[in-house]
Amino acid sequence: MTTRRQFLRDSGAFTATLASGATLIAFAEAQAEDGNKSRKVRWGMLIDVANCPEGCSTCVSACSNENGWGDTGNPLTDAQWIRKVAVTDPQSKLRRSLPVMCQHCAEPPCVDVCPTGASFKRADGIVLVDKHICIGCRYCMMACPYKARSFIHEPLQNQKPHAPRGKGTVESCTLCVHRVDGGRLPACVEACAAAGHNAMLFGDLNDPETEISKRVAQHPVRKIRADLGIDPGVSYENL
Amino acid sequence: MKRTVYRELDLSPGFLLVLGLLGLIAAAGLGAAWYMEHYGHIVTGMNNQVVWGLPHVFAIFLIVAASGALNVASLASVFNRTMYKPMARLSGLLAISLLAGGLAVLVLDLGRPDRLIVAMTHFNFKSIFAWNIFLYTGFFVIVAAYLFTQMGRGFGRFIRPAGWVAFVWRLALTTGTGSIFGWLVAREAYDAAIMAPLFIAMSLSFGLAVFILFTGRSCALSGREFGQDLLLRLGRLLGLFIAAVLYFTAVQHLTALYAAEHHDIESFILFGDSIYTTLFWTGQVLIGGVVPLILVTLPTHGVSRVAIKLACALVIVGGFVQVYVIVIGGQVYPLALFPGMEVRSSFQDGVIAGYQPSLPEFLLGIGGVALALAIAAIGMKSLRFLPESLADEAVDPQRVPRTGAVT
Ligand code: SF4
Ligand code: SF4
Repeated sequence: MTTRRQFLRDSGAFTATLASGATLIAFAEAQAEDGNKSRKVRWGMLIDVANCPEGCSTCVSACSNENGWGDTGNPLTDAQWIRKVAVTDPQSKLRRSLPVMCQHCAEPPCVDVCPTGASFKRADGIVLVDKHICIGCRYCMMACPYKARSFIHEPLQNQKPHAPRGKGTVESCTLCVHRVDGGRLPACVEACAAAGHNAMLFGDLNDPETEISKRVAQHPVRKIRADLGIDPGVSYENL
Repeated sequence: MKRTVYRELDLSPGFLLVLGLLGLIAAAGLGAAWYMEHYGHIVTGMNNQVVWGLPHVFAIFLIVAASGALNVASLASVFNRTMYKPMARLSGLLAISLLAGGLAVLVLDLGRPDRLIVAMTHFNFKSIFAWNIFLYTGFFVIVAAYLFTQMGRGFGRFIRPAGWVAFVWRLALTTGTGSIFGWLVAREAYDAAIMAPLFIAMSLSFGLAVFILFTGRSCALSGREFGQDLLLRLGRLLGLFIAAVLYFTAVQHLTALYAAEHHDIESFILFGDSIYTTLFWTGQVLIGGVVPLILVTLPTHGVSRVAIKLACALVIVGGFVQVYVIVIGGQVYPLALFPGMEVRSSFQDGVIAGYQPSLPEFLLGIGGVALALAIAAIGMKSLRFLPESLADEAVDPQRVPRTGAVT
């Protein structure tokens, strides 16, 4: 296993092309087959924590640029769609750093509790907030175990047309649905690969042939708070 | 049996003054809501960790008290306690008013209060929140119908069935409110089935305390009598409910202490050095529980009138603190992303969050209280809710006048 990881790390750039190429083919397949309703796609992510250095926040800036959220100088109320979390084992002092965002749960509590249905899960597993019917009750924020959601506390400027946001509503990682629907990778995944880390892998979890499915099947992966039984779509390797 | 005579309140200067004051406070609340809506919730103390703030504390307190305010009516119509019958109308009116005040606060604290109509037209039936919308609307309709059977001519035979429906509905309503918290699996402080019965006990206690004070004040301000025995009886009933709240609070925390995954949050609330520990022991347990319990059981004649009213006030204060500890205390504690690990991030992971209630939040909340009282006052002015007398002889003609100490 070490040798494989070593290999992946050493040949970072090469793997990046290969990985995204493979994923792109998977997209085409998935969409075609979805058209026939023969197989359901479930988009998910695998994060290799061993490849995620502590000081790096490339994915966070990429998401912030892509979707137009960011630091306005109010750390307590600013939205954070994705964040780097440092986890330390109090005994061994072993430290890990990993990105945490909406885990696009298969049984999302945020969807169950939403009174209006604004918080919803698409057929392909992506969990979104419909900004037109969100009343800003924040019940989904109370229900999410990952603190994945942010409430917009202030009027906004400079919004991105593909990621509409609005004061008084709740938002979270969309898994870059606007890119995914166009056959592209989420911004964080792309940026992580471009930076040479390749810590994030995106793909269809329901297709046994995708790289993500194979890696999830062959390696010991962990999901955060797997005990809650809500089946997150994001898995972590080497945690 | 003597017929109870009900009479509207007079349009006295005193009444107008009280109503004007309530109107002013309610208007300030509305202004605060507008301010929060215009500038966004940034002007409140709420943040991405503490997403429900002081307005929710007010709203939940009012909603919980609303269903409890119906106690007296239920005792009269469902459990056939004649003594409480003259107050049944008032009990229904107060229940509706408190609920209206609470809901107003809840709605005005939404991120998008302008989308209320969306909430009324889009339902997710899996959401306990959506169910609560039905429970609340239903409560208005049912209690209104119940009042109608009492106040309209010739509907007397429907009082009992209507009282039953209202009684069952209000238990459902409180269960629903408690379940809003009970269903949050991710929040260690709330993930417990005990929340529903705890909320029912809280509603009985807070609701009755509000009712006693409200009725007492209304009688005093309109120059009507409020019998000593009646007050003592209501006080003893209140004692029972206070004990129930204390009991369920104990069960809530003891069961949580035994569940390993809740251990940290429990020590945070019970034995920590934060404001929530002080609020819990001093506010909720001592001021809201132990002291009023002693006050209502003190068998000293003479001072007991004051003692009971003081007990009611303490139950209200302590109850408010209790809701605060549940709502805010439960949220400031960080989510356990990785149980047993030390966690840090730029998004306040792993740290106890701060929450400083702001003036607009307080004004919105207290505005809701004022709105509730104003609705009740206008109700008593326009329709016959308040009996001409609540003197002991009037409510219970067969009574044997007591002498000496009250047991
Ligand atoms: S991570 Fe949170 S917001 Fe995302 S789907 Fe799961 S519960 Fe919902
Ligand atoms: S804040 Fe919006 S998305 Fe979240 S539960 Fe409320 S209405 Fe639904």
